[in-house]
Amino acid sequence: MIAQQIRDKIAAYLSRFFPGHELGDSEDIFSLGFVNSMFAMQLVNFVEHDFGIEIENEDMELDNFRSIGALVKLVERKAS
Amino acid sequence: MTTTAASNTEGAPVVRSEEDKTVKCVVWDLDDTLWSGVLLEDAQVALRDDAVRTIRTLDERGILHSIASRNDHGLAMAKLHELGIADYFLYPQISWRTKSAAVEAIAKSLNIGLDTIAFVDDQPFERDEVRFAHPTVRCFDAADAGAVADRPEMIPRFVTDDSRARRAMYQADIQRKIIEDEHRGSPDEFLASLGMSFTIAPAGEDDLKRAEELTIRTNQLNATGYTYSYEELDVLRRSPDHDLLIAGLRDKYGTYGKIGLALIERSSEVWTLKLMLMSCRVMSRGVGAVLLSYLMRRARDAGARLRAEFIATGRNRQMYVTYKFAGFREVERDGTTAILEVGDAPIQDFPPYIEVIVDEATTRSRQS
Repeated sequence: MIAQQIRDKIAAYLSRFFPGHELGDSEDIFSLGFVNSMFAMQLVNFVEHDFGIEIENEDMELDNFRSIGALVKLVERKAS
Repeated sequence: MTTTAASNTEGAPVVRSEEDKTVKCVVWDLDDTLWSGVLLEDAQVALRDDAVRTIRTLDERGILHSIASRNDHGLAMAKLHELGIADYFLYPQISWRTKSAAVEAIAKSLNIGLDTIAFVDDQPFERDEVRFAHPTVRCFDAADAGAVADRPEMIPRFVTDDSRARRAMYQADIQRKIIEDEHRGSPDEFLASLGMSFTIAPAGEDDLKRAEELTIRTNQLNATGYTYSYEELDVLRRSPDHDLLIAGLRDKYGTYGKIGLALIERSSEVWTLKLMLMSCRVMSRGVGAVLLSYLMRRARDAGARLRAEFIATGRNRQMYVTYKFAGFREVERDGTTAILEVGDAPIQDFPPYIEVIVDEATTRSRQS
């Protein structure tokens, strides 16, 4: 999967949590509202299942999930 | 106020074998069981006093009720409403299918095991049919309806405020599920529509039975899986070096009861979260991070570093994710046990969609 496809898939997934808001690629999603435990878990599950990768404990850092751009980097790194 | 229904009033552990597992729901037949007579033949059926007395008594102990009856659904429900007792019954199964199928549907809807269900019917044939399909269901003759409440399996070890409100909590859950299924919009908008209020308070003596129950019954949203008995919790509650906090949640549909527990071990520089758990009933409400955010702020205000123990059980990953996304980082690890510590990231404000009420006693310094 090329970077653009990964990006679009992540952007589409996140858009459901922020309806009516166009997310920029480097925009901090955690600054947009309270990060509840359910959202965090859903985001981890989404990345693992939809990209077939495993998020290990050391990958589970806020900075890896902070924006569309950060998530693309995480997926590319884990998938390679 | 809390009362103990079991003969063991000191709260010492009672070891129960599988056979005398406490019943969680009693399923009632209607004709010649809940009322005298057959509804389709006599519109003036009268409630049986012994059955109604048993239903009320068990309801107060937190044991639920349902119905398995071969009858016309509309007619029977109308009669139950007319008699003023329809509210006691959750997921009533009134149709022409088998009673074993009805009992199974009830267990599934309530998310409880068949071995925690009892069935009352005047017909030996119906009792045999249920017993044959589900050998672990406890079956009683309607003639014994008045004595059912005295049986040991109908006497829970503890009766807490949460037990007494159990039926109302299940009814509220049925309401919420309907609303959630119909909801169109973001998850935050749905949460906002609930009008939630979350309370955090030091565990009082009245809370200890529920607290023990939470440590035993909570698996998925439990950071360490440590279980504590009533007595151990009572010691920790009074200990100057510990804080035992209990959290409750309610929304516009009613209360969820006491659903969260945190145990903090304090030294002057480091506070360690030994226990942090949330009932699975509130998993989709996002309140775990709210409690954590509160504890982080409190430790910071006291000038202490906040640490948390985490033991991976294979079922509690969500708690690890909760800690990490709240800004904790792993500082030590020994196999499946990790020590996490709050980093320098700013602490989140409480979400706008939930009102957080902190009992004043928790903010009072108990350091001496």
